[in-house]
Amino acid sequence: MKTFRIGGVHPAENKLSAAEPIKQAELPKVAVFPLSQHIGAPAKPIVQKGDKVKVGTMIAEAGGFVSAPIFSSVSGTVLKLDTVVDASGYAKPAIYITVEGDEWEESIDRSSDLVTLKDRREELTPEVIKEKIKNAGIVGMGGACFPTHVKLSPPPGSKPEWIIINAVECEPYLTADHRLMLEHADEILVGVTLLMKAMNVGKAYIGIENNKPDAIELMRSKTMKFIHDGDIEIVPLKVKYPQGGEKQLIDAVVGRQVPAPPALPVSVGAILQNVGTAYAVYEAVMKNKPLFERIVTVTGKSLAHPSNFLVRMGTPMSQLIDACGGMPEDTGKIIGGGPMMGKALLNAEVPICKGSSGVLLMNQEEARRSEPQPCIRCAKCVGACPMGLEPYLLSKLAENHDWERAEKEDVVSCIECGSCSFTCPSHRPLLDEIRLGKQTVLGIIHARKAKA
Amino acid sequence: MNKLVVSLSPHVHSGDSVSKNMYGVLIALIPALLCSFYYFGLGAIVVTAVSVASCVFFEWAINKYLLKNPQNTVCDGSAILTGVLLAFNVPSNLPLWIVILGALFAIGVVKMTFGGLGCNLFNPALAGRAFLLISFPVQMTTWPLPGQGFMTYMDATTGATPLALFKQAIKSGDTSVLNDMPSAIDMLLGNTGGCMGEVCELAILIGLVYMLARKIITWHIPVSILLTVFCFGGLLYLINPTTFINPMLEMVSGGLLLGAVFMATDYVTSPMSKKGQIVYGVAIGFLTVVIRTWGAYPEGMSFAILIMNAFVPLINNYFKPKRFGEVTKKK
Repeated sequence: MKTFRIGGVHPAENKLSAAEPIKQAELPKVAVFPLSQHIGAPAKPIVQKGDKVKVGTMIAEAGGFVSAPIFSSVSGTVLKLDTVVDASGYAKPAIYITVEGDEWEESIDRSSDLVTLKDRREELTPEVIKEKIKNAGIVGMGGACFPTHVKLSPPPGSKPEWIIINAVECEPYLTADHRLMLEHADEILVGVTLLMKAMNVGKAYIGIENNKPDAIELMRSKTMKFIHDGDIEIVPLKVKYPQGGEKQLIDAVVGRQVPAPPALPVSVGAILQNVGTAYAVYEAVMKNKPLFERIVTVTGKSLAHPSNFLVRMGTPMSQLIDACGGMPEDTGKIIGGGPMMGKALLNAEVPICKGSSGVLLMNQEEARRSEPQPCIRCAKCVGACPMGLEPYLLSKLAENHDWERAEKEDVVSCIECGSCSFTCPSHRPLLDEIRLGKQTVLGIIHARKAKA
Repeated sequence: MNKLVVSLSPHVHSGDSVSKNMYGVLIALIPALLCSFYYFGLGAIVVTAVSVASCVFFEWAINKYLLKNPQNTVCDGSAILTGVLLAFNVPSNLPLWIVILGALFAIGVVKMTFGGLGCNLFNPALAGRAFLLISFPVQMTTWPLPGQGFMTYMDATTGATPLALFKQAIKSGDTSVLNDMPSAIDMLLGNTGGCMGEVCELAILIGLVYMLARKIITWHIPVSILLTVFCFGGLLYLINPTTFINPMLEMVSGGLLLGAVFMATDYVTSPMSKKGQIVYGVAIGFLTVVIRTWGAYPEGMSFAILIMNAFVPLINNYFKPKRFGEVTKKK
């Protein structure tokens, strides 16, 4: 069975909510929409206090090419333009909307009928598909939130050969993508054919780790149905973290390694999209539905009922936690995302955004880090690093502020997957130091380029 | 509500720890330890106990009184490990004060002077052995013969190790001494003279399998050492079987296996990258055969490892792991 070639670790999977069907989360009383829900320029608000909005009304337009518009997920009145503490831990500009009823824009097709590419082949040219994706505010749903239309506009001269769909979900605990595949396989596959058409490629791969045999089975049984719209192959992958990393997944599926930055995946012929993104593309193109809701896993060992929800964006996480039986007494940490790469949150009022794949509650025992001990040079971090770097060395160089040497040792190639800190028997905060080194070196490189 | 912890990712840990690894190696040493007790009786037990106790004591005392280190590393098992390995590297009839002196050198000079756990350049147990071998050459090379009953210690009958016999035969040209050579099976099982821990090769192999299975070490260092010794020794044997030792015999004799499995694989003093580990292993194998064949001592393993310990920083500098996407970068 395929997997990526360098490094990797095996965290305990803890997929507590894998068997829980997706439930519709209740509407919030007030929905909060941060303007920075994606990589790139923040969106610009186009509503004012007191404006009436419907579900699917655009409330902020894209702030540039690398940006994405934001749509209201609720109907009601704009309460205020203020700030909210988001997953980054900082207060960021946001639009607050008081919820009144649930009235949708008429343009959205709310039926559950499956529309395939075959039905609308003439109308949907690559340009039309890309335009619809851009106008629906779709960003990468895996967590990085890179605007999808930018990914679908590779630099001139590059030759995309395949679409690779990331359905790996290698983060422990998270089951949102897994449930999505089980419950919306057809829609995902149509979404993939749309992406193939948009990029004019003949082949797509869907990489799924083999801890989800039911999803592999189901998706595989359905690919033939869409063979006239595109050749889709399901690729089962051996479970290993961080297989969902962009570069690792390309290596695992097609055996090519993307060179160090600034090279893009398309330089080896691959366009990567998350499985949730493929679903969002289907809804945007075929149902005219902009991105305003997503699947979120709410989980944790002490939580009474770990669940998967279909959540309107802007819903505070605390409401989802209440729907799972309430915040456990012993909660010591709230994480937006999975335990390997997710962000620890300041409070439970952080709203669900485009990139929120999960809410994970850790008890006080789990939340604490162990005391670091001296490095015993066991080289386990070197063996675990999926980028072939030397975490022990990079963290030491960052500690010593030796930026020049850190740059030479390729610190900027770090993907911040956390495998080094996870594996370190001395519990050293390797990634903390490496992040500092990476950010500083990136700044130095940037300044050098600006001068030249 | 409780105060929330806000820290950077990752938020989970493998659960591995320094002491788990150290105690893992100690578990892997149990078969060899039992064998040495079986063959050398009371002497082996006394020497091991004293060596471990003095290593732990010196580590604790230096941490507490000299370094005033609030985080005392004495509980992590590394000092116990050094103690057992030091005992494994000396004859079982060694006077106790020499054992204690060896422990003081290993822990005090080789380990703690450089900053303690993780900072030492040389393998403490091996450096301790080298120190003793140079300071007390007579006591360190009178080997008790195995199987003399449980109560033997200082009064044990002594004899030469197989490697010493071979060296003597080659030097003097008198091959009659080779009649005293134990059979290869005896050497594999440990029924020969030698250091406590090195005699039973089978027990060491069991330890190797255990450590590989628990992923405490990887195969790179032991396999590259053993293959190099076999190939290089075999080449010499093919050139002239009368002056060079049979490589099969070479493999099961002396401290080769003990060194390859437990000494050269010491985390702190071995290279970080897989490539570096193979270079390190090949160099150790090569140096061992060179010292055994042409050097003054019959045994070359410990010096080969110590020499290569000194090269580890250089190896780390020149042998980097293969970076992701490196192949494509060069095209």
